[in-house]
Amino acid sequence: MTENAAESTLGDANLVLDVRDLSVSYGGTTVLEGVTLQVAEHEIFGIIGPANSGKTSFLRVLSRMDLFNAGMKVTGSIQFLGRDINAWRNVYALRSQIGVVFPLPVGLPLTIYENVALAPRLSGVKDKRRLDEIVEKCLIRAALWDEVKDRLNSLGSLLSGGQQQRLTIARALSQRPKLLVLDEFSIAVDPVTTMRIEDVLRDLREEMTIIMVTNLVQQARRLAKRTAFFLNGRCVEIGETEALFEGKVKDQRTHDYIVGRFG
Amino acid sequence: MSLFAATDRTVRSRRVQRQVRVLFGLMTVLLIIPVLIILALLVVRGGPMISTEFLFEFPTQGMTAGGIFPALLGTIFLVATALLFSVPLGVAAAVYLSEYAPDNMLTRLINLAIINLAGVPSIVHALFGVGAFVLFFGFGTSILAASLTLAIMTLPVVIVATRESLQAVPLAFREACWSMGATRWQTIRRIVLPNAISGILTGVILEVSRTAGETAPIMFTGAAFFLPFLPETILDQTMALSLHLFVVSTQVPHVPDALPYGVALLLILIVLFMNALSIGFRVYLRGRKRW
Repeated sequence: MTENAAESTLGDANLVLDVRDLSVSYGGTTVLEGVTLQVAEHEIFGIIGPANSGKTSFLRVLSRMDLFNAGMKVTGSIQFLGRDINAWRNVYALRSQIGVVFPLPVGLPLTIYENVALAPRLSGVKDKRRLDEIVEKCLIRAALWDEVKDRLNSLGSLLSGGQQQRLTIARALSQRPKLLVLDEFSIAVDPVTTMRIEDVLRDLREEMTIIMVTNLVQQARRLAKRTAFFLNGRCVEIGETEALFEGKVKDQRTHDYIVGRFG
Repeated sequence: MSLFAATDRTVRSRRVQRQVRVLFGLMTVLLIIPVLIILALLVVRGGPMISTEFLFEFPTQGMTAGGIFPALLGTIFLVATALLFSVPLGVAAAVYLSEYAPDNMLTRLINLAIINLAGVPSIVHALFGVGAFVLFFGFGTSILAASLTLAIMTLPVVIVATRESLQAVPLAFREACWSMGATRWQTIRRIVLPNAISGILTGVILEVSRTAGETAPIMFTGAAFFLPFLPETILDQTMALSLHLFVVSTQVPHVPDALPYGVALLLILIVLFMNALSIGFRVYLRGRKRW
């Protein structure tokens, strides 16, 4: 575990993500412009910003989900694990390295077990014992095991919203990702579950890097070592989360957003 | 005036609401009446005809007596062979159009063409079948030619039904699956198809009942007026219930009154059985509905 991620400027040593001058446009509309940021290994990196600031587009581009949006243009470079994401010829391998949690929990229309076993199965794991192991481990890690261990064969979509969101986290973990990306994960989740998920994320930091987009600035404060503030498609400021919240900002807009004057 | 007292306005809107309900209910009853009359007539007049020998014996005495076994068997052959062609082809095309094809002018044009194809009168399909399968491919008038004609006719409906049930599967499921590194095909096989299957089956089974009743497309391509023996290969002609009904009602003298009713009743029973099957499937699969 590295603690030197605390430094604001990151060395090249253990970058998971190195984004330079990233611009994304959709049709004629620019949704992201000139974003440059770096994320270090074992870091929880927060992204805050009002609606339409390009946060979700940023996450989609990381795992090349932009391929599914016809007419989405991406320029600039993204290095993931030291390699340009366009150089990952096998885009499926790239995606399986990046676990994604969507704002609204997407319990796939499968049993709880199959939801978590899907990614291992896709990557060719067939052995039942091995699958059982993975499923149990991931559900425990996502703090869901105790609630569902007796009904692994019931439908994932029948779980409550908060349970489903933890199920999607377990599913993302089953990919054994290097990078976990969460897009406003608490938007449809009750406060207690939110706290449990936040605890889960803190523990997960030891094994993976986490990028967390959130519309709750206090959530960023609770979790993220460093935070980026996005506004209208631009990355206005990146800094140590605590410093930002203490008012040590370079840009007045960051401060205004954090203290709640807009957004 | 009390807060809950009826005003003129609410009294009027309640009256209108009652009138609308009665009117629309009446329309529904009007719709059901012909169906009930047809069914009742068939059961009363044709019911006594239905017996094991009617089902399992050949027509005798110039089709004025005996059973209708070859026609019954022929209809089952024709429909089964038609489905053998149209279902895999139609489902594959629908999966391509819904899951793979980019949303551009060409795709939209193809979709439009498919919908229009569904509206082509069956006699036009019949003539196409004669030109293409009977003559050009040289299948002659045969089960194969007739089935292919029926398949072409059912194809657009299979495609549309399949495409619609595929598109009823939420995009979020696909995106979640893609983001895990699944290919499009893995996503289709594991998530999309299993959840669309009930809609696809319903579409297919409804097509079966329509196909069973079609007369025009098979008349020129493979269904025979009368055959004293059962077809042996797929290149033989066959009798069929729908054509047999047409023949005994209009082409053969001295047919007992009850016979056409019996044939019609049997045809309707097959169709109803298929529909019941499709409803059964729906109920069964809805019970397992996953979201």
